[in-house]
Amino acid sequence: MLQVNVNQEIVLSPEKAIEMYRRMMTIRRFEQRSIELYREGSIRGYFHPYLGEEAIAVGVCEALRNDDAIVSTHRGHGHCIAKGMDLGRMMAELLGREGGYCRGRGGSMHIADVSGGVLGANGIVGGGIPIAIGVAKGFRLFGTDRIAVCFFSDGASNNGVFAESINMAAIWNLPVLFVLENNHYAVSTRIDETSMSAALADRATAYGIQAETINGNEVDLVYETATRGAGLCRKGGGPFLMECKTYRHGGHHVNDPGSYMPKDEMDFWRGKNDPIDRWRSRLISSGLAEGEDLNRIDGEVESLLDEAVEFAKRSPEPSVEEFLAELEASRCHE
Amino acid sequence: MSRVIMYREALNEAIAEEMRRDRTVFLAGEGVAERGGSFRTSVGLLDEFGPERVVDTPISEASFTGLGVGAAIVGCRPIIEILFVDFATLIMDQLVNQAAKYDFMSGGRGRVPMVVRTQGGSGNGLAAQHSQSLEAWFYHVPGLKVVMPATPYDAKGLLKSAIRDDDPVVFIEHKLLYMSKGEAPEEEYTVPLGRADVKREGNDVTLISYSRHTLLCLEAARKLSEEGIDVEVVDLRTLSPLDKETILASARKTGRVVVVHEACKQGGVGGDIAAMIMEEAFDYLDAPVVRVAGLDTPIPFNVTLENACTPDIKKICSAARLLLYRNEVM
Repeated sequence: MLQVNVNQEIVLSPEKAIEMYRRMMTIRRFEQRSIELYREGSIRGYFHPYLGEEAIAVGVCEALRNDDAIVSTHRGHGHCIAKGMDLGRMMAELLGREGGYCRGRGGSMHIADVSGGVLGANGIVGGGIPIAIGVAKGFRLFGTDRIAVCFFSDGASNNGVFAESINMAAIWNLPVLFVLENNHYAVSTRIDETSMSAALADRATAYGIQAETINGNEVDLVYETATRGAGLCRKGGGPFLMECKTYRHGGHHVNDPGSYMPKDEMDFWRGKNDPIDRWRSRLISSGLAEGEDLNRIDGEVESLLDEAVEFAKRSPEPSVEEFLAELEASRCHE
Repeated sequence: MSRVIMYREALNEAIAEEMRRDRTVFLAGEGVAERGGSFRTSVGLLDEFGPERVVDTPISEASFTGLGVGAAIVGCRPIIEILFVDFATLIMDQLVNQAAKYDFMSGGRGRVPMVVRTQGGSGNGLAAQHSQSLEAWFYHVPGLKVVMPATPYDAKGLLKSAIRDDDPVVFIEHKLLYMSKGEAPEEEYTVPLGRADVKREGNDVTLISYSRHTLLCLEAARKLSEEGIDVEVVDLRTLSPLDKETILASARKTGRVVVVHEACKQGGVGGDIAAMIMEEAFDYLDAPVVRVAGLDTPIPFNVTLENACTPDIKKICSAARLLLYRNEVM
């Protein structure tokens, strides 16, 4: 058993530790393959890679129950994969195909799996925060102990709905786990230019919510914190906010080279503080896995992505006739 | 068994009945619980249903509308009350980018069965930020339904349908109508969304309106009948989806149409209806379709100026006479 660093009572089974590696690698390679597909012209518009932030989605979602729900962001592929969405149907959605989760109507910024508890990426920064408290409200109204997880960013924490929503979550004691992914940049503007306080978690404590700040690139720490936060929410102990410090491995979206990001900073986060490299070393040094085992997992991930890309490319284009027929049917309200 | 009730009582009954019928229905808004609503539409609901289902919110319109969206996504039927339609400026992201498109963006795999109840209109001396008629904004957005009842009967039946509907519905009441009275049966009934109501039949000219101005059109029709003009009054009740069939049937029948609303003329719903009639029933028309609408101005505070902004019965009658080439009656 691998004891995680903060709370000695929460332990990671070897299976879970390995699974977290697999999931992070899946996200990493999904994004890299998506970028290749974008460059070859198979994906249009643009999307926002989750590269470098993989430990947050994986650590949080491993701490959830299947019937919990997450509300995602424009940078949402990692959340979707961590919550268990199918890679082929995700990729098909990125390609705008009928076989995608949203039948090509949504795309990367609106990808959702409502029945699977992924209640939507969002093209509006901060747009998902109020929705998450509503999900929690609904869960409680139904008398369940399901919880809502709200992924959002440092950028969104400067949006008015953040203040409104954490306040309402606090006064009504709603079961929401707020996961603030502080990747230090809102599009191209650094958070220290848009906030006088470096500790964004303080904003939550000011509203009466328990909050902690952690290194979001350590997946075991994320898992441990999320497990405590989720447990608190589930027991009616109120909302909880975890600020996870992390970094984008590139610009805001696939077409943004991120030239405003200092090289030494980028080198640090991509090198020494890369979440996947760190976890790989931990698994090996703690004797949970050999390098070869992990290489084998990498190969398995690659095969799954090959299949996903093939599924997506084989999936048919949506039909305009069908689209128009559905539009007509939606106008006939009865 | 019919009885006479007030518009606000009709709304109160609709909410209470639906909350009894379906435990996923809840009401949230500013002052809806302890105070019973600024217009007394939710009196008694807190006592009957408790604070989890009748919720006083902070002044956080954007986020408590989003609360409704999220709760609706997971199967609730929230009624979100926005005190004045003017404050809808604060909720547009949640309404337009989130609620209206969720079903579509998810490929038809998610629904948002939420009602946003609000009230608008001028006439109470509340000036420019509490008197607007903003329905055209919502009417313009695919994915939203827009309901604007004129009578207690319609208010109750339409609100019940709106709550049961699986799409987001913007339900706009009129602040001058809350104390108005009308017949409504005690027995259970609903009024379907998307169906206009011919509130008076006639052959010479059609007045098309909705909300409070339906009542003014009916009054104008009575006045015009004394001059021998036989007026048909179509109350749209629901703006979106628009009941084109009823509108076109009436236009074809009378050949003369006046569209009447309180909202500003520029970019108003009336222009869209007039264009639709001309596209689809031009050959039946004996005169151009005309609009009688509010002045294109913020609503002034002074009562004389305020009254000058909103079409009155006199203006409606004049427009009808004009289409019939009748001289003005002095």
